[in-house]
Amino acid sequence: MIKLLFDVELDEDLSAGEDSDLLENVMTGAEVHDSTREKVKTEKGYYKDYVRRVQWTQNLVEIENSGFRIFYTSVAVISCALLIGMLLFTISFLPRYGMENPEGLDVVRRYVEHGLQETGAINIISGIILDYRAFDTLGESHVLFTALMCVTVLLRIDKKNMRTQYEDFYLIRDEKYHELYGESIMRGVAAVLLPCLFLYGAYVLLNGQNSPGGGFSGGAVVGSGLIICAAAYGFNSTDRMITRKTAGLIAFFALGFYSFAKGYVFFTGANGIENHIPKGQPGAILSGGLILPLDIAVGLVVACTMFGFYSLFRRGSIGKEV
Amino acid sequence: MDFIRNFPMFSVVLSLFSGVLCTLLPGKKARIYTIAYECVLIAMAAAVLWLTVHTGASFTYVMGEFPAPWGNELRAGVLESAVALLFMSVMLCSVLAGKRYVDQDIDESKINLYYTILNLMTAAIMAMTWTNDIFSGYVFLEILTLTSCGILIVREIGRTTLAAVRYMILNLVGSGLFLLGVVLMYDITGNLLMVPMQHEIAMLYQDPGARVVLIMATGIITIGLSIKSGLFPFHYWMPDTYGWATPTSASILSSLVSKCYIFLLIKIYWRVIGIDIFTKMPIRNIVFVLGLCGMIFGSVSAIRADNINRMVAFSSAAQIGYIYMGIGLGGTAGFTAAVFHIMAHAVTKSQLFLTTPRLAEISGNSLRFKNLQGCALKDPNAGLFFLLPSLSMIGIPIFAGFSSKLFFGMAAADNGGIKLILVMLTMAASSMLNALYFIRTLIRIYSPGDDREVRIPHRLDYNIPMFALTVGNLAMGLFSWIFVGAIQQGFTMFM
Repeated sequence: MIKLLFDVELDEDLSAGEDSDLLENVMTGAEVHDSTREKVKTEKGYYKDYVRRVQWTQNLVEIENSGFRIFYTSVAVISCALLIGMLLFTISFLPRYGMENPEGLDVVRRYVEHGLQETGAINIISGIILDYRAFDTLGESHVLFTALMCVTVLLRIDKKNMRTQYEDFYLIRDEKYHELYGESIMRGVAAVLLPCLFLYGAYVLLNGQNSPGGGFSGGAVVGSGLIICAAAYGFNSTDRMITRKTAGLIAFFALGFYSFAKGYVFFTGANGIENHIPKGQPGAILSGGLILPLDIAVGLVVACTMFGFYSLFRRGSIGKEV
Repeated sequence: MDFIRNFPMFSVVLSLFSGVLCTLLPGKKARIYTIAYECVLIAMAAAVLWLTVHTGASFTYVMGEFPAPWGNELRAGVLESAVALLFMSVMLCSVLAGKRYVDQDIDESKINLYYTILNLMTAAIMAMTWTNDIFSGYVFLEILTLTSCGILIVREIGRTTLAAVRYMILNLVGSGLFLLGVVLMYDITGNLLMVPMQHEIAMLYQDPGARVVLIMATGIITIGLSIKSGLFPFHYWMPDTYGWATPTSASILSSLVSKCYIFLLIKIYWRVIGIDIFTKMPIRNIVFVLGLCGMIFGSVSAIRADNINRMVAFSSAAQIGYIYMGIGLGGTAGFTAAVFHIMAHAVTKSQLFLTTPRLAEISGNSLRFKNLQGCALKDPNAGLFFLLPSLSMIGIPIFAGFSSKLFFGMAAADNGGIKLILVMLTMAASSMLNALYFIRTLIRIYSPGDDREVRIPHRLDYNIPMFALTVGNLAMGLFSWIFVGAIQQGFTMFM
């Protein structure tokens, strides 16, 4: 933990030896793979490296147990307590909502009173996030995509983070287990649950403009359906639906559509040009202008992201490589 | 003319789209596409800068059909467009100069993802620069947080993963504190757009109860963003983060990402809280003292470092201290010096971080001082590209670093009193320490080693962007009054 939060110069001892360059190569990752790793293993370096690592861990434990740890913990506790105390003290000065600061509610009042008329959405939340403050939501949907990309970078199997033979063994055993025995309880429940989940997800997703829900929540339901499917029937079942390529295409088309649609609205709105997107009859499924298509786009991205996380953590790829 | 007003919006939406597009392209095409569209972004920022200087007024851009207090807004003035132009230019240079190391460090199948993350980061930097809405600032700050960890872990060695975890923890603490501050401010003002918030805050500051909330919110936002940008007690994530990332990432993280947070902070001080109210707050003095501490302690840590990248990274901590010192001095002069230092440091530090891997490459892939002996003689160009920014960091005249120190001194003289003495003493000490470790390094790399006759051919694709950065550095040193004039004009528009 100390090593994680503070840069205590622990690696000084580790790298101060005669042949520290070899170790540095290992640590910087310079040609660390394949041939070099073999060389390191066979040559003296591997054992020295191992011994140093043990010593390093012992040093770490020693320092953690020494006075620094007490100091560190006490400072952490005191500063957290101080922050909590100050925040609580601040909260006592906040005005009671809607009573003591009526002028602070001007913006909200406009949303509530004119939201339906201006956005065509009965669900005002959808109207706010996808119409009034669409720029924030444009960013927010890309936050999820960004998170997926970062996890992909870290976990997708490539030459650099090749799994060891043991992990391979566990993975194959897992897959075989699924094929041979199945998880009968899981499968039984999934058979009942899956159709309902997908139907409910689609309902939440498509009705975002009329009732609580929308892209983020509907996408989460569909995504969890996909996860249950993969957990119960193995990845073979989901590979038929989602491969790496289709996931990429779904994300590309959903987010690309989102960017272009909103770019069009921003452009027309700011330049005073009339945009030709019909608002529709409030309450009908095709209403609220762009809200429905945007909800679908967001939902697809959220579902892909959730399933992608699960799949990346379990087997190191989003879907079958095509 | 009117069409130029759309450019801020175009640059954000185009960057987001480019990020998504790069997932589908193969690595090499993704890189070519990234370089091409960054040129477009530079052209757009330059056009906006020309427009704002030409008309002498800033403009707001309504994002959608709903105007100020209801919908989102972007805003472009001289300051925003100048900062955006500089950030994009530095980013382009980093991508160009570091592309060979990206190919070496990153697995082939993930190079397009690297450019995806880079483009999303560009979108975040653009949005945080242009935004006129504090919550949009938060949303894109989240993207910046994630992407900055992404371009760090993409190297996939143990050290970067460890550094990324540490960076992530501290960054999330910072984001959380920033969000708390925004929530507190929203609770008392009922607005998220900067201009209406400023009006509300100007009235609310008279009320003693609301004043407590305001000071608390400002303090939390300041702490959050200073953790993210690496102010003194929170700078320990810097050496590993900058020292082990692939050179392009190190350059972008040190010169753009942390600066972007500081720019958002300055924007909040001027456009949300209002500079008159901020000047009355005690936070200013705390920031000032921490900045001074950072200047000293960053340099001391840099002297103790045994690895050239760690040294340069710790020197970043000292430079961040300078910027916060400028903020702490307050007034237009102090903030102008701070923004000028943001620009000068972005140009200088990116060049240093892009040169160290080249020096290491020449001396057998080692960043240790003892192995760097004589490497500048093997590749004189790389030596020169290390020498010039080092001189700028020390503060030798004709370089950007000297001008920024001069402006800090002038801002302190405006302040007078104890602050003047403190600034002068600390700046002298910090400059001495800077000179100590940079000149030590220069002597090391210029003294002949065992294999002096080995000459390594220089590379044109690397030299051109580095030459551009050097020109930028010299321009900021020799013609600093142009930059300072633009920044001051920007601050008058900020009111």
